[in-house]
Amino acid sequence: MGIHHVDEINSSCLLLSRVATNDGHGENSSYFDGWKAYDSNPFHPTRNPEGVIQMGLAEHQLCLGTMQEWIRKNPKASICTEEGLSQFKDIANFQDYHGLPQFRKAIAKFMGKVRGGRAEFDADRVVMSGGATGAQETLAFCLANPGEAFLIPTPYYPAFDRDFRWRTGVQLLPIHCHSINNFKITETALMTAYRRALKSNIKVKGILVTNPSNPLGTTMDRATLRTLARFANENNIHLICDEIFGGTVFDGPEFASISTVLEDDPRLNRDLFHIAYSLSKDLGVPGFRVGIIYSYNDAVVSCARKMSSFGLVSTQTQHLLAAMLGDDEFTTKLLAESRRQLSRRHAVFTSGLERVGIRCLESNAGLFFWMNLKHLLKAATVEAELELWRVIIHKVKLNISPGSAFHCSEPGWFRVCFANMDDGTMEVALRRIRAFVYEANERGTTSAQTTKNKKRFDRTLRLSLPRRFDHDLMTTMTPRLMSPHSPLVKAAN
Amino acid sequence: MTSGSSEKSAAKDSTGSPATGLGGGSGMQLIVPLQGVVQGSGGIVLGSLIPCALFYVLQLYLKRNRSPSPPPSPSDDGSWETHAISRSPSRNVLSPRGSSGHAAVSSRASSIAKSGGSPYFVGSRKCSEDPYHPIDNPDGVIQLGLAENHLSLDLIGDWLAKHMKDSVLNEQRGLGGLSISRLAAYQPFDGLMELKMGVAGFMGQAVGGSVSFDPSQIVLTAGATPAIEILSFCLADPGNAFLVPSPYYPGYDRNMRWRAGIELIPVPCRSMDNFVLNIALLERSYNQAKKRGVKVRAILFSNPSNPVGNLLSRETLHDLIDFATEKNIHVIADEVFAASTYGNEEFVSIAEVMNTHEFDMSRIHIIYGLSKDLSIPGFRIGLIYSFNEHLLAAASKLSRFSSVSVPTQHLVISMLTDTKFITEYIKMNRERLRVMYELLVNGLQQLGIECAKSSGGFYCWADMSKFMKSYSEKGEFELWKDMLNLAKIHATPGLACHCIEPGWFRLCFTTLTQKDIPVVIERIKRVTYRH
Repeated sequence: MGIHHVDEINSSCLLLSRVATNDGHGENSSYFDGWKAYDSNPFHPTRNPEGVIQMGLAEHQLCLGTMQEWIRKNPKASICTEEGLSQFKDIANFQDYHGLPQFRKAIAKFMGKVRGGRAEFDADRVVMSGGATGAQETLAFCLANPGEAFLIPTPYYPAFDRDFRWRTGVQLLPIHCHSINNFKITETALMTAYRRALKSNIKVKGILVTNPSNPLGTTMDRATLRTLARFANENNIHLICDEIFGGTVFDGPEFASISTVLEDDPRLNRDLFHIAYSLSKDLGVPGFRVGIIYSYNDAVVSCARKMSSFGLVSTQTQHLLAAMLGDDEFTTKLLAESRRQLSRRHAVFTSGLERVGIRCLESNAGLFFWMNLKHLLKAATVEAELELWRVIIHKVKLNISPGSAFHCSEPGWFRVCFANMDDGTMEVALRRIRAFVYEANERGTTSAQTTKNKKRFDRTLRLSLPRRFDHDLMTTMTPRLMSPHSPLVKAAN
Repeated sequence: MTSGSSEKSAAKDSTGSPATGLGGGSGMQLIVPLQGVVQGSGGIVLGSLIPCALFYVLQLYLKRNRSPSPPPSPSDDGSWETHAISRSPSRNVLSPRGSSGHAAVSSRASSIAKSGGSPYFVGSRKCSEDPYHPIDNPDGVIQLGLAENHLSLDLIGDWLAKHMKDSVLNEQRGLGGLSISRLAAYQPFDGLMELKMGVAGFMGQAVGGSVSFDPSQIVLTAGATPAIEILSFCLADPGNAFLVPSPYYPGYDRNMRWRAGIELIPVPCRSMDNFVLNIALLERSYNQAKKRGVKVRAILFSNPSNPVGNLLSRETLHDLIDFATEKNIHVIADEVFAASTYGNEEFVSIAEVMNTHEFDMSRIHIIYGLSKDLSIPGFRIGLIYSFNEHLLAAASKLSRFSSVSVPTQHLVISMLTDTKFITEYIKMNRERLRVMYELLVNGLQQLGIECAKSSGGFYCWADMSKFMKSYSEKGEFELWKDMLNLAKIHATPGLACHCIEPGWFRLCFTTLTQKDIPVVIERIKRVTYRH
């Protein structure tokens, strides 16, 4: 065979693998379109006030000041300071995949604290990964073979499709949840999903849930969590709880982690339970790339630890966090501050939206809320939802995420992130929404039920949320936007 | 949904070990009462058929739900020190579809979690339990199995001390200073452009300026380990193979087999060639693979070589590229020791050969990182350098699973921007490596131990075959044990590196001081005098 000169592009495409050339990266999903719009025209209060405001990124930037303060006061924690320099050689040289012992201890301690001391974590079970992204992928590699499946309640974080499935070949099958009961997971829905998989000859290896939920922003109640745990136990399948937002619970009910359920019920087979965690959300440090796998299964700990070679945390970062998270006083202060800020921000947004007739799912955690815009849809279809979404991105210039990207079974829901901006930007965002609603109103359909709706709407507007802010808000109602048949209206009544 | 208690007990068995099912005992418990029932109403045929059918169904059910037994593969815990005695090609550990059972972990996890019981694990353990120290523990186990460079860490520490003012978290930097929000926020997963530029510059300095590396052809990852894994996922499908000249770095068996499912086919190199790759042998290995129906997707080699330390000549690199072009496969050059050369021989990067050659560049990829050449393995900085834009796009998306921590990126950017320091560092490091290498090789020579000609890396590749009881794998293993137990030295045996000739050992000298060398030689005498 002689040397053949092949066209460069053709040959390079032919030579790559399936993983490299398929759509497993999911970046063709609508979830990322808004990001592209933001990237090409990002909002800035002075330099680009007409730009797109990023409300599609669940980043927690409200407590960075507290953290910066701590770093300044604790120079020894950083190897880049005079005080910390003596540690440099050992830290720079240490590449054991067990991680620095003090780092693991600090993580275990912090995880316990996030759960209000209701559960204790063993430092020897703490395994590192490349962010929560890496944690999810590693767990999938450890628990399932290609072609096998995990059940997952909808709506769910879109990137799971990539993180859990792309290189692993594992499937995700939905457990459909609906707004009629606030998207709670029911045993019926769980059974239906499980049976459907069995009928299709797909082996179900486990269930993957996010608690607190992304995108709903709600904590799972203990009863549901226990149901899931028992179901997993009875069917000998795994339960992965992604508890990445555990520290962002700003309101009651208190966070029920799978760790507390396990402590309460010793009959459960602990080998089936695993927690995926990260500091990206609770601490607001996604750039640090700290992912954690905490498994109650020794084989999984052993395997995941070996795989952590593919995503170890920089020892410089481990060293810093070991000191930071080992400081009890600091972590108490940080978690309290975080909750306070999130609660305030959440209240401002949700009350601001309610005043223009937009309802959100009642939520108590997370960095976002789940907004109901069904009444603004031309039709109850995904196409109509995407059409509305494109208007919001391009005309209202807000990057929010459409429910269909989260596999939501009902069109019209949108996830809106609120913790990644300052107060000024938040005001601008609210103003734009109000303006959009006015405009939609003026163009909107008239209804014979206008007066009736107005009365109902007035009633529902008796908010139980405290009015913390004096906003110059419109007082005229927009009854045509409120659907009297919305389940949320019923709930309020 | 059925969840009888029998299922539960079977499941409890299955966690961690293959479930053995209920066995005949409880089967009989079903059959006896049934026979009674059937006999009561008469009919010997029914009396035997029905219980048999039920028993058969029960066994079928149990068989289908049995946990998988570990797939037959060489046991490997993935860490380079530990390899079972096996010269078989490293095959894919994925078990055949449909064999998994109740609540088991994946087949992959089963085999990975179980490995680590292989003999060489003992060596690492003994090192950590009884570590040598010249004053505190002079009779401890000397670690010569870890390719970590402690010789020049002080240079970096000094630089840091001098440049404290520029520390990433220092408030006084004013407008140029980095606030926590810049350190903490999401950044591109494949690394900050400033770091790519810094590393591209470093790579250019490592090769003495003969090549200029383009930062836009870099995807940064948390170490060279994930870089190689990501590259494997992009260039090959599970079950495909890479040709790898042996002896090779044991970590490849982990990086490419575990999750990417790539088979590594060793292409044996011989001492008479100073372990340099022979193209004829490469051709033969390729054809053998083809006959077996295995699709070869790439050649992977380290240059400077790990474990031998030799360098590939320009001609050999040319020949490799010609071979790859002819077979339409990729070339992966692992150049992590590029700046750690010390001989008179010049290191030639594959990138340099490309400049002067006319062929499809999209099949050439380089693995690099700062763990070896800059002595900062803890910081986790590695990269893929490629001439293939489609590969770079795919790898960039995959880098999200293995991104470099942002504060670390900033620290290293500062360091790499100081090109004067980097030039000095590379120069001094090379000198220190040369001194240690020569001391050790000369010392070994006095014992009658010859080493392969090395010009790079942190180790020498020593021929200790004359001290084996038998010229065989067993002989080498016995010698390795004697080294550990008698000489109290932990070294990496050729077997772990898939070397085809028994008796070769990799001895790392970069965790020692000059004073330790005579101690090492004395220790080895305990073994050489016995044999």
